[in-house]
Amino acid sequence: MNFNLSEEQGQIRDSIARFVAENYAFDQRNAVVALDHGFSTAHWQQFAELGWLSIPFAEAHGGFAGGPVDTMVIMQEFGRGLVAEPYLATVLLFGGLLQTGASADMQEEFIPRIIAGELQGAFAYLERQSRYEMADILTTARQKDGKWLLNGEKTVVLNGGAAQYLIVAARTAGEQADEAGITLFLVDSASDGVERRVYRMTDGAEVANITLTNVVAQAVIGAPGEGYALMASVVDAARLAVCANALGAMEALNAQTVAYCKTREQFGVAIGSFQALQHRMVDMFGACEKVKSLLYRAVCAAQDNGADARRSLLALKVMTGRAGRLIGGEAIQLHGGMGVTDALSVGFYVKRLMIINTLFGDADYHQQVFAKVGVTGG
Amino acid sequence: MDTRLSEEDLTFQDEVRQFLSENWDAQVAARCNNLATMKEGVEEWQRRLYRKGWMAPHWPVEHGGTDWSVTQRFIYNSERAAVGAPEAVAFGVTMVASVIIAYGNEQQKAKFLPRILKSEDWWCQGYSEPGAGSDLAALKTRADREGEVYTINGSKIWTTYAQYADWIFCLVRTDSSGRKQQGITFLLIDMKSPGITVRPIRTIDGFHHLNEVFFDNVKVPVENRIGEEGKGWTYAKSLLVHERLSIAEVADSKRALGELRELARTEVNGGKSLLDDALFAQRLSAIEIDLMALEFTELRALAAIAEGNQPGPESSLLKLQGTETQQAIQELRMDVAAYYSGTLQGELSAAQLGHAFADSAQKLYFRGRASSIYGGSNEVQKNITAKYVLGL
Repeated sequence: MNFNLSEEQGQIRDSIARFVAENYAFDQRNAVVALDHGFSTAHWQQFAELGWLSIPFAEAHGGFAGGPVDTMVIMQEFGRGLVAEPYLATVLLFGGLLQTGASADMQEEFIPRIIAGELQGAFAYLERQSRYEMADILTTARQKDGKWLLNGEKTVVLNGGAAQYLIVAARTAGEQADEAGITLFLVDSASDGVERRVYRMTDGAEVANITLTNVVAQAVIGAPGEGYALMASVVDAARLAVCANALGAMEALNAQTVAYCKTREQFGVAIGSFQALQHRMVDMFGACEKVKSLLYRAVCAAQDNGADARRSLLALKVMTGRAGRLIGGEAIQLHGGMGVTDALSVGFYVKRLMIINTLFGDADYHQQVFAKVGVTGG
Repeated sequence: MDTRLSEEDLTFQDEVRQFLSENWDAQVAARCNNLATMKEGVEEWQRRLYRKGWMAPHWPVEHGGTDWSVTQRFIYNSERAAVGAPEAVAFGVTMVASVIIAYGNEQQKAKFLPRILKSEDWWCQGYSEPGAGSDLAALKTRADREGEVYTINGSKIWTTYAQYADWIFCLVRTDSSGRKQQGITFLLIDMKSPGITVRPIRTIDGFHHLNEVFFDNVKVPVENRIGEEGKGWTYAKSLLVHERLSIAEVADSKRALGELRELARTEVNGGKSLLDDALFAQRLSAIEIDLMALEFTELRALAAIAEGNQPGPESSLLKLQGTETQQAIQELRMDVAAYYSGTLQGELSAAQLGHAFADSAQKLYFRGRASSIYGGSNEVQKNITAKYVLGL
């Protein structure tokens, strides 16, 4: 039993930490987020050159065949620096769906382009009414003249503005919210009938609401009607990834808060000398350690495909949401007036934690599922 | 990063399960769980562990320990807790033994360790005093040396199981001139010494486990001193870390939570099981999630120890979160028992009372209140974490 990183994983961690130190100081990040689509294409090219975009993909396509631990390492370090580049949307979601479900020809066509940093993608699954039930899909796909025509609206599509290609979840059979009858389609976002309304999230990420009117799909990913299992497995991996991202953000926010309380003086002493504040910071540290323990638990279980995998992941997502709220709220409070300004990065970390809570289902949602799963993990 | 069990570990797990199924029988369990027979029951259970060579897994092999890996220790502890068997009483085998092994001389090791291993001596801990609780270093019990004998005067309080003890390990003051942490000496005292009086403390849980211990001109030979005079605080601190790790009781909480779940399943409210009550399910799952985190926090601490690191200030967080979880389970169990939780069963059987676990639910709740106070209160653990982990 060990919780150590391999030599290669340690190198990846160090190289991302170096990138963050050199490129993601407060002002640098603000400049990146202000760019078109909210990220730097130069950084993205650097990611490609450093091999980071290849890590989760199969070796046959030029990938590194990385597993959950590798993704955790990358996303945790990105979280520390609030890195804005769309690794989640393009590599883990869009790329993950291709890697898991696409035909060999499609993989050969698209995955090397993702690895080279030439292609931005997005996964369009949410709809206005769906809230946290991913199977609640009204967008339809029907066949006409041997082609699939898509109609409907997708909301809050991560990286939806920059994506050249979309993977769209649409209903080909069944009733609203049925898991059966969902099919995934590859769509060129420049196709006729694709209308994008682009906006930003509070953490600077660009998203889009996408209306599809008789859009011709380029291909089906996986088997028709069986898209739900495919998206569920890729979204589970993404849940782990965003929790790792949150842990990095929590660690950075805790360190920043402790450092601030050591230097900020009131009543002639550093405010960190006050017991009332010390105990709050211990609570923040304790919450962060719970997330770390559940992350290690979930990552190890995912790696071994163990019986504990599902419960651990659900528990992790609950804890990440709850701990994020606690740590975020306390970090603002302990920074006093400065905590509510845009002059420090505190607020940006807190926003990131808030958004991660909502991604793929919030803490309450996951706790309800956890309670239903019971002790058997079934 | 890897938490899979090896073939060797799985074989070991089978061996542990077999040992427990053969040795943790209903009779010894009943004796351990009844206050009147607890001491004899626990001693019998510990002798079975001793015969198997498992009484002191964490000791060096030369003194009768095992060379178990961290994973094996984790497996043993999980399996032990899963069947409801107690840990060996910590005061001897875990606490004073770790100090004797680390700081005692050869004669002390030869005299005390084999008797602890065979459960021939029952130990208790003389740390807290009426004026020295969280501020332990403020202790005043005096030891005045004359030739080869110390004379002890003063009193200790909150002494668990002093009524059973053959020996007490004590922090006493041998010098008041310097900082209060200096001038403290670690002594091993025979409870049969003239001048020792034990007085029980009645507690809110209705059990008798706490006592006051009074020392009136008690004579202790200098050979019963651990290490150097005036260095007792250093020795005591190393022991506190072990104490905190054992207080977390993560595996035992897992069993307690499993029991609670089964109790709730059969409690019916408005025609449906409590498990189907949304509010109850929310409280139960919140505790389960905390406990799942705690299990891995403990594993992380054990893995660090296995790599040669001493258990450090992180043990404070385990104590803190471990006792919070214990108390949350006790509280929820009391709520499951509903208004029966306030009953005093007395001579009535559970069937006559109408509820099988009501009487113990509230007792366990009240007994559990002590866990966030002993071993250094949880607020003290927060102070330690703030200072040594966060650097505040």
